[in-house]
Amino acid sequence: MRILEGEGVTKNFGGLTAISNVDFHVEQGEIVGLIGPNGAGKTTLFNLISAALVLTSGVIRFKGEKISGLKTHQICRTGVARTFQSVKVFSNMAVLENVLLGSLFGRSTGMSSVDATREAMESLEFVGLSAVRAIPAKDITLANQKRLEVARALATKPELLLLDELIAGLNPTETTEAMELVTKIRDKGITIFMIEHVMKAIMGICDRLIVLHHGEKIAEGTPREIATSRTVVEVYLGEQAYAGS
Amino acid sequence: MILIILFLLATLPLYSRGYTVVLLSSIFMYIIITVSWTMFSGPTGYISLAPAAFFGVGVYTSALLGLLLPLPAVIGMGGLASFFLALLVGALTLRLRGIYFVMFTFGLVELLLHFVLWWEVNITGTTGRVVPTMGNTAVYYIMLIIFVILMITATFIKHSKFGLALQSIGEYEEAAAHTGINVTALKTITFAISAFFIGAAGATMATRWTYIDPRIAFNPLISFMPVLMAIFGGMGQLYGPIIGATIFTYLEEFLITRFPYYYMLIFGIIMVVAILYLPNGLVGLTQKLRKGGLKQPHANT
Repeated sequence: MRILEGEGVTKNFGGLTAISNVDFHVEQGEIVGLIGPNGAGKTTLFNLISAALVLTSGVIRFKGEKISGLKTHQICRTGVARTFQSVKVFSNMAVLENVLLGSLFGRSTGMSSVDATREAMESLEFVGLSAVRAIPAKDITLANQKRLEVARALATKPELLLLDELIAGLNPTETTEAMELVTKIRDKGITIFMIEHVMKAIMGICDRLIVLHHGEKIAEGTPREIATSRTVVEVYLGEQAYAGS
Repeated sequence: MILIILFLLATLPLYSRGYTVVLLSSIFMYIIITVSWTMFSGPTGYISLAPAAFFGVGVYTSALLGLLLPLPAVIGMGGLASFFLALLVGALTLRLRGIYFVMFTFGLVELLLHFVLWWEVNITGTTGRVVPTMGNTAVYYIMLIIFVILMITATFIKHSKFGLALQSIGEYEEAAAHTGINVTALKTITFAISAFFIGAAGATMATRWTYIDPRIAFNPLISFMPVLMAIFGGMGQLYGPIIGATIFTYLEEFLITRFPYYYMLIFGIIMVVAILYLPNGLVGLTQKLRKGGLKQPHANT
């Protein structure tokens, strides 16, 4: 089943077309990678899905229902959660409070504060942050802040999780741990759509890749297909490099 | 502790001089405005300069309805008029951030001031109005009641999930929306609740002034005072604005009577010093002193 689907997705900023007529889909249970050079429009596409930005044209569907046109908080409550490229934790609030907001507000149905706290704790346990739950979010490491964003997103009980550069800025050990976390989340039955620059990490973990360049989808396929695709190599290394090799 | 203070405040007019009652009414008025202001602007970081607009709407409600309705209804109407004005204004402008929001809210005060002025001169043909008076003790008790209801409301909001959500809006509004918080609705409703209490205070105060005109009702100082008082007291805790407003109002009275010619100058200097050296207000200062400089950084992982 297609859990997420976009048709003719377009976004103009004034005269600049950031995303141009992109069709894409994510199957339930998949890990799909979204790659492309800087400025390709990857984060813009995520912003369109989560309604941080409004579509210029096209339609986005979640589980067959149109979600483009909904407000950001409504999209979260339908079951699409996300993290941010530049970490956006609530710095002066305790780690637990950050996650608690997710379980209190991110569900389609209300929940008592006791249940919400319990679920927030479970979320923290899952990403391995229970030990720092009482500390203000600004005082934990970047790697942990990224985990915190994941925990906050998971607390909203999503069916689809959008991860925007979870690995960027992490050291090799932290990268491995982050990749393990992604697999663990998928094993819980949550579909994952992730933007990443670290090819080695993304090639190993994704079932399928979508490549954006200048706001257009230029390729789509398994990691193996993408790695050997002529267009993709040209985009990443330049036409000359390919011709000369 | 709280009950004892409340008992003392409730019985105060029985054994104290008239002046104390009047001064305390003024202090309560400023506490109500400052706590209301802090309830919204404190956690969200949206600095509103609209209190004078809401206060003025309360004052005029009192002037218009004072003879027609019983007193509690008049004050309730003053609060409600401000509540609905804030709902409207909030829905329109709470998407503006930073300086734009500040300027818009201040513009609202000027807009209402000049609109009412124009209306009074051109339509009703007056400039001032007489408000039915009800006596200093009555004003005192009403302010006390509004204050108690406000504190209950503010405490409830602060410790509910909505308080947490308001704080998250102040930290990262975009992330708050992505966490499922209906940021627009929450901001607008909190803004309106805070306006309700400011309007009610305005409606009450009008009866003490007996004569009002647009420049008295929509006095821009009413917008600036809560900001200064909240900064002076400290916004982290609910009692910060209370302490700030109390000291400020008393200080103003004291300086006006002792140094009528220099009071504004002294007042200004105190303000500058407070902002320079007390970034977290008096509450922040006492907390720092209590810790005794032993700042323990959190263990990191």
